Amino acid sequence: MERPVRIAVAGHIDHGKSTLIGRLLHETGNLSKERFAEIELASRKRNGPIEWAYVTDALQAERDRVTPMTIDTSRIWLTWRGKKFQIIDAPGHREFVQNMVTGASEADGALLVVDAVEGAREQTRCHAYVLRLLGVNQLVLALNKFDALGYDRDRFESLAASCKSELAAMGFAALATVPISAREGENLVERSAVMPWYTGPALMEVLAAIQPRAKEVNDPLRLRVQDVYEVDGRVIAVGRVDSGVLALGDQVVLLPRGTNAVVDSIDRWPSSAEAIARAGESIGVTLGPPTTVERGDVIAHSEDAPKLEQQFRSICFWIGETPPSAGARFNAQFGPVTTAVTVTSVRNPLDTESLAAVGDGAVPRYAIVEVYLCATELVPLDFHGELSATSRFVLMNGGELVACGFVDAAVSAEPPENLTPKAHLLSGGDRQRRNGHTGAVIWMTGLPGAGKSTLAMALERKLFDAGANVFAIDGDRVRQGLNGDLGFSAKDRSENVRRVAEAAALFAEMGAIVIAALISPQERDRAVARRAAGRRFHEIFIDCDLETCERRDPKGLYKRARAAEIADFTGVSAAYERPFAPELVLDTAHSGVEQSVARLVEYVRRVTGLEEEKPLELSLSGQRTS
Amino acid sequence: MSSGTELDALEADSVYILREARRCVRPLCLLWSMGKDSTALLWLARKAFLGNIPFPIVQLDTEMELPEVYAFRDRIAAEWQLDLRVELCPPESEADPELPPGARAAARKTAGLRRLLSANGYRGVILGIRRDEQAVRAKERVFSPRGPDGDWDFHNQPIELWDHYATDPPAGGHVRIHPLLDWTEVDIWRYHKRENIPFVPLYLERDGKRYRSLGEKNITEPIESTASTIDEMIAELEASHAPERAGRTMDHEREDAFERLRTAGYM
Repeated sequence: MERPVRIAVAGHIDHGKSTLIGRLLHETGNLSKERFAEIELASRKRNGPIEWAYVTDALQAERDRVTPMTIDTSRIWLTWRGKKFQIIDAPGHREFVQNMVTGASEADGALLVVDAVEGAREQTRCHAYVLRLLGVNQLVLALNKFDALGYDRDRFESLAASCKSELAAMGFAALATVPISAREGENLVERSAVMPWYTGPALMEVLAAIQPRAKEVNDPLRLRVQDVYEVDGRVIAVGRVDSGVLALGDQVVLLPRGTNAVVDSIDRWPSSAEAIARAGESIGVTLGPPTTVERGDVIAHSEDAPKLEQQFRSICFWIGETPPSAGARFNAQFGPVTTAVTVTSVRNPLDTESLAAVGDGAVPRYAIVEVYLCATELVPLDFHGELSATSRFVLMNGGELVACGFVDAAVSAEPPENLTPKAHLLSGGDRQRRNGHTGAVIWMTGLPGAGKSTLAMALERKLFDAGANVFAIDGDRVRQGLNGDLGFSAKDRSENVRRVAEAAALFAEMGAIVIAALISPQERDRAVARRAAGRRFHEIFIDCDLETCERRDPKGLYKRARAAEIADFTGVSAAYERPFAPELVLDTAHSGVEQSVARLVEYVRRVTGLEEEKPLELSLSGQRTS
Repeated sequence: MSSGTELDALEADSVYILREARRCVRPLCLLWSMGKDSTALLWLARKAFLGNIPFPIVQLDTEMELPEVYAFRDRIAAEWQLDLRVELCPPESEADPELPPGARAAARKTAGLRRLLSANGYRGVILGIRRDEQAVRAKERVFSPRGPDGDWDFHNQPIELWDHYATDPPAGGHVRIHPLLDWTEVDIWRYHKRENIPFVPLYLERDGKRYRSLGEKNITEPIESTASTIDEMIAELEASHAPERAGRTMDHEREDAFERLRTAGYM
């Protein structure tokens, strides 16, 4: 048993959508005699002929008008020739466009109703554009009210042609264009005798040809984690498989944190032996080895994982009353995946009601517009047209939904106009020639007590002695100055890492070798650091087992953490996520400081081109000490 | 390649909604009337939370249910180990005497719900209503915000699209969560059959009649029927287009009876 085909009925106000739905239900034998009697009575009470629109216009506010007006979207089921449909009635009034969006977002196909007397109007265009944007591509045009035009063939030909060209301007085409009279029931279920010149299919026959949207089973796996439950000591991440197939034993990656894991179990209730979960299923999974997982993480296969981006261009349908502007902050929600974003640029707004381009400064309500966004962190995403769950989002301003949009492109390589940095008059090569090496960020991560600071300071001395322009950033020192306003909450720790990373990236761009020694326990924070410095970034994992670190305890912090005097202490009461692909691993539990420093120097020389003996005249760092 | 059936898709979406409710709205409760819909909803909640429902199940009791309904409640509550809270509705004498009898009963439940919310501070209530039951319910949202008096502002409902729901309860109010909105009456029965979910036997034919919708005993009438199994019920429903709530007095006392009930906070 397949689910019903969902058809959104759209169009301008008073073009006859609700009347058409009521009449279709009646003509297809889906209206009970009790419902019919209720509608007849309600029509008689308002002294009119039978008002088919009352089938869906059930609210008093909708009925008590000279012509009934649909306020809210409504759904109704219809069966015809053994095929099931869910008809979504969407309001045509401008004020209720958001209700139209609500109705249309889930549709497989759409029926766009146009009053043949009036022709296409503002909401006809706006709705067509919204349908196109929402990916409702199977469109049927019903040109209505031909009874008022004496069933005139010429009017049909000319209107069909003009609608076709308007749709073509949006890159849209209808499956069929049918002349109808909803009120008189012409061309709805059977071809009409009063329009013998029309030889195409009746409306229901065209609707029956609409296909349900395909489930994305053959696409890459995406599972957005909704929540994490603890059941009998097991940590179960729950969510819906948005696309692809997840199988027991799969190697997966958790994004944006970048953790690799294996699917240890697929959990359902009552329990089932089914070892795979397909697109559309709501399931639970446990991952091994035990790892941090939380709402908003995306589970994918590493070979076709989503992109991790911080800045992206999106195509938005703007619903909010306040137009978007650079600097505005919103919350972007990709279902359970949410992130704060700042608008960096707004471009090419198009008024969907007139299909006219408008100036960048004035985005009217219900415009389609390119909005450039910068997130506070890396977001796992796909582009519009690739996969839906990770490419479409809503923008929230507090509790108000201001836009829905689709990620269109990454913009890391192409910053928006108003943020374009001034071009330098010298190149990286110029800096390298003066310094004798390229800039680099040597990022040391590891548990407290692993030896990061010791190695950082020793490396700084060695490189300085070799003539390098080098500086070591110590985590504790930065916390007294640049990051003096930050505490130790999870958010502040991430921000601490981000600022050090940005500062380090600037020094590296200047040509310096920057050594940053930070615990930086989270893969996602290190990914931010990597992104800031790009190819100049080198992640060095100072690998040392917890026991050894705790024995060293240079600052007495482990002791205090064990005594619960320090909360969320990495290694004791907070997790350390081992790097996923570091450039270099140094095992300080089994090798001495000298040996580790030697390996570091060798590595830095290799990646920065720093020579063994640097020509004196290029040294900027004063006297050489050896 | 198509995967799964219609019921699988409905089930997965309902489970998704229940999990969103649990994550985003607290404290939360689920209203159980012991009817076919809210019992299917309980079953879905057990699926969503892998066996144990992590919030209370509330019955708004008018003490006017049929005896078979109470017997069913007690049996299922024990078998499924539900955290069941029975809340007595205020007596009929407190309802507006001007109202017709069906509306008076509805007013008692509405008042009972209001009292439940204020006494327990629930910010979310999960309900088993469906769009195909009634044309006004067809306009409902999955997450529907309600004002401090439980009132429904249908002129200004939030946007729902894709996986986005307005989950935040409004100030002083609550949010109603409707995981079964997209199910039809036939879907519910097919699901009962597939999952072997127990139901009150009054739904099946006895002496030429059966209950299609279970309400209080003084305001619900059984219908003529010969259906003594789920399959026969489904066949009967598919052959007829008679409205499901035809046996419910409260919907028919005037044209806008149901809209008025719902605007005032009825479920």
